[in-house]
This record gives sequence, structure tokens and C-alpha cells, in this order.
Amino acid sequence: MTTDAAKPPPQANVSIESVLEVQQHTVWHRIVATQSFWVAVALAIISLFMSWYQPDSFATSDNFFNITRNFSFIGVMALGMTPVIITGGIDLSVGSVMGLVAIVCGLVLLKQPIDYMPDWWNDAAWTHAWWMAVLMGLAAGALMGLVNGVLIAYVGLPPFVVTLGMLSAVRSLAVVLSESRMLYDFRPDQAATFKFIGGGDNLGLDRFGVHFPIPLSNPFLFMVILTLLLGLVLKMSPWGRHIFAIGGNEQAANLTGVNVRRVKLQAYVLCSLSAAFAAILSVGWSGSANNSLGQSYELLAIASAVIGGANLMGGEGTAFGALIGSALIFVIRNSLLMAGVDSNWQGMFVGAFIILAVVLERLRGKRRD
Amino acid sequence: MPILELRSVSKHFGAIHALNEVDLELESGEVLGLMGDNGAGKSTLVKVIAGNYPPTHGEIRIGGESVHFHRPVEAREKGVEVVYQDLALCDNLSAAANVFLGREIKRGAGPLRWLDHKAMARRAGDLFKELKSETRPRDLVRQMSGGQRQAVAIARTRLSKARMVLMDEPTAAISVRQVAEVLDLIRRLRDAGLAIILISHRMPDVFAVADRVMVMRRGRKVADKPIKSTTPEEVTGLITGAIHAA
Repeated sequence: MTTDAAKPPPQANVSIESVLEVQQHTVWHRIVATQSFWVAVALAIISLFMSWYQPDSFATSDNFFNITRNFSFIGVMALGMTPVIITGGIDLSVGSVMGLVAIVCGLVLLKQPIDYMPDWWNDAAWTHAWWMAVLMGLAAGALMGLVNGVLIAYVGLPPFVVTLGMLSAVRSLAVVLSESRMLYDFRPDQAATFKFIGGGDNLGLDRFGVHFPIPLSNPFLFMVILTLLLGLVLKMSPWGRHIFAIGGNEQAANLTGVNVRRVKLQAYVLCSLSAAFAAILSVGWSGSANNSLGQSYELLAIASAVIGGANLMGGEGTAFGALIGSALIFVIRNSLLMAGVDSNWQGMFVGAFIILAVVLERLRGKRRD
Repeated sequence: MPILELRSVSKHFGAIHALNEVDLELESGEVLGLMGDNGAGKSTLVKVIAGNYPPTHGEIRIGGESVHFHRPVEAREKGVEVVYQDLALCDNLSAAANVFLGREIKRGAGPLRWLDHKAMARRAGDLFKELKSETRPRDLVRQMSGGQRQAVAIARTRLSKARMVLMDEPTAAISVRQVAEVLDLIRRLRDAGLAIILISHRMPDVFAVADRVMVMRRGRKVADKPIKSTTPEEVTGLITGAIHAA
């Protein structure tokens, strides 16, 4: 009886608790608190303005098709970059991995025999199939990611240094393998399927009687699917939870039994795989493989993720943010072009948005604390 | 039978003898205050018991069984839980996520197993209630007070069938009111039948909750006596070396 008297009245306690709970956890409150929401708002404002300013060129189905395709390559890379950034790491090698994967795909599809490959490889048919190009491309990407991941997670070298080294080494490998050529003379039957992956639209569903209200490029649709997948993985899987834990406090993650090294390795492999996939799409779209593909794309991919709310200090980032960040960069580019601004000014605007994104992040951080 | 037994445990780092022939027995439901100056070997002792590194010599027995840990996870499987000095929490995750870090509740089957956020929040909420802490499972740890953070770190130890909890300076760097909260948490763990080793620099805390106090100096145990038969003055003397041994 005496202990009961010491307690606060139960109803009052419950009501205060539940009111606070509701205030803090409404869905709207959470959405408004994210950076990707505000980037989406900025994107909508720019798009609305351009639709009013250039109704005949910006607000067309064609332009929509082109913009959404153009940012998809960077978008896919930014998606792969996001888990790496959440762990507090960075991957500067993705642009070079794109170049390498482009060359690997190109070499598989090439009509002419390759000097440095054995005869059985040059003579066989299956070694030049479109699916072989996809498989070899992904394998090359995964291998580069494995090198990054082992050096970073198991040897313990800093991600910045390792991936900076790989940026240089992998690009060089691409140039050597390509023998400094641009590869475009592909076997027509296999190349047709390969080119459809990156160059086609509506994922080929038209054939099955599924029609989209407006045509959408395959790269864009693939990116949307990957965004949903990554979003689910980050939110719902133990792996995603561990990615965030490592970025929040790596030591703590380790002490609580998270396999930090394995999770980090997997993040780098995934990042390189996404760059490889972006390269496959890009080669398919352009119909040629160039060893300079992806040069400086690493910066655009990192910028996309950061603009979308990923924190370079680790612990924060979303799949949707990566998508919306890359969309913003390309819509700004497209808008400046259409507004007749000299294209040399594009970098200035992209740079300003990166810095603005970090300022915004800082302001939100202050309010939170 | 004691739940924890150390028999002449030593730990050397090269020429440095961090632990020298330390014996210790601890019963269930007993709180041992572990005191000593900086570098006396308190943290090393806890880390050896927790499986962070194996002892150079000596034997560790848990529940009468001789154990050889190589990783903290192995110690945890034997019922040894640790609350680290920096609490080992991830600021960017919720309280519930921190409690279940590394042993998440999952749903689904095979490779398609996803996090059961609801179940974890509910269970974490129950644990906080059990610990009489006002921590809300869905709040981010970043927004929490020192006392609430302690509750999160301690709630973690309640997940498994822990038999002992090792606490490294749980009352350092928190406010007076929060210290009282943490001491209450320790008493509740003791009442639940756990053995507790409490490393602390704070004499009043040790005298408030501990049943026994053990003093270390330069890697050696210099005293181990019931709290009732000693005084803060004597313990201070033992820590500094003014009193040689007791």
C-alpha cells in the first residue's frame, strides 16, 4: 500500500507516454525529417518550373524518357555506394570498375578473336554468348569488390586509400585488356539481346501485352526495382541492420557479435557489382565498350548518395535517397541545358548542391540534438 | 558451488604483467566491487573473463566447468555478459535495435528471414519495464540520457540466460540522479540471481551495492573482504598502497 502511494497516478503516466509516442512516431513526422523528402520537394519545384518555362521541350514524354534513363546509370551506382557510405566507408573505384566491366563485356561480344586468349575460347560459341558477357561482367565487378573488401575489412587499410589505388589500377587494367581500342564490332545475334538489356524499354513486357502509360527505359526500371530491393534489405534484413550498426559504432557492433569484417566485405562487393551492372546497361545502351567509361562517375555516385541524405561519417543513408539524389543532379543538368546555360556551368551547380546537402544535414543534426 | 572461479590467472603483454596470479570466487546473487587505481589490472581481469583475450596462465571455471574463450561471443554463450565502459551502443539505432544487436528476432524461413521489428520493440519494452527504466524502445540512443543508455546496455544482458554480468565503470560520467538509477538496476540484477562484478572508481557506489570488495594493485589482488568488515578509508589505503594488504 505504501509503495503504491509513492508511484505517480497511473492514468496520467499512460496518457503522457502515449501522446509523446504519437507525436514522435507519426509516419508524416518521420518522412518530413528525412533529407530525401526535401530533395524530392526541390526536384518537384525544379520540374514544375521547367514545365512552365519550357513546356514544349521539358515536359514531354521523350524528355522524361531520356532524363530518367540518363540518371539511371549513376543511380544504380549510387545505390551500391549507399551501404558502403552507411558503414562509414567510401568506394572511389566504381568509375574504373565500370570501365573494366565495359571492356570485359565488349571482349566477350567481339567478332574478332582476342590475341591473348586461348584458341578454345576464341573458337567456341558459348564463350561469346550475351549471357556470358553479363556473367563475365558481373564476375569482373565482384572480383574488384572482393579485392577492395579484403584489403579494407580484413587487412584493415583505410577505404579511401585502397579504393583510390584501385581507381588507378582498375582503369589501367581496362586500358590494357582493351589494347587501347574502342570495342564496337560485336557478333550481331548475341549483341542484339545484350543491347536490349540496357537500350530497350519497358523491360520487354510489351510482348506479353503489358503496357506502360508512357514508355520507360530498361535502365530506369531496373534502377527502380533495385531501389525497392535495397530499401527492403536495409530496413528489414539483419544484414541491413548490421550495416547501420557498423556505421554507428564499429567497435560496439564487433563486441555484440556482429561479423563486422564479413559484412563490410559484402558491402564492397555489392558496390562493385552495382557498378558492373551500370556498365552492362551502359554498354547495351550505347552499343560500344570504351575503356574510359565511368571516368569521374565515382564522384557523381557519391554526390548522389550524399545529396540524398547519406552521411559520409557513416550511420545514415537510404536507398530512396540515392535515387532521388541522382535524379536531382541530372534534372539540374537537363534544366540548365534547356535554359540555355553554358554546359560548363553544370559542375558549379552540382557542387553547390553537394555542399548545400551537407549544410542541410548539419542543420537537421543540430535540431535533433 | 561458485558460479565463477579464477585460479592463479595471469595475463602478460610481453614484459608487462597486467595480471599476476589472481584468484577469485563469485557466487550467484553476489555483487563484487572491483577497485584499484588506473593500470591496476581491473579492466584486464574483466576482459580475460569476457573472452576478449585468453589468460597467459591459470584457469577459469564457470559453473564448475573449465573454459577457454577466444572471442567474446563464446563467453556470452556461457552466460557471461559485459556492460562496457563506453557502453558499446550505436547512437544511430533505436534502443530496441541496440538491445537486439547481433541477435535480432527474425521471421520467415530459409534465406528469406526478415527483422521482426514489432517483437523486438515489445520485448525491449518489457525489459525496460522490468528494469523500471523509462526508456522507450523506438527512441534513438542518440537522444537518450546517460541513465537511459545504461538501461539499454543492461537490458542487453537480460536477453539470454546470463549467469553473470561484468560492469566496467557503469557510473562514470553520468549525473547523480542517474547514478542512483544505475545502482537500482544493479540491485535488480542481483535479486534476479545474477553474479555481478562492478568495476568502479566511486567508493560510495561500491559501498552502496557491493557485498564484497576486491582491491587490485599492480596486477595483484591485495584484498578481498566482505563490505561489512571494511571501511572506505581502508579500501583507499589498499588502492594507494598505504596499506600493504588485507
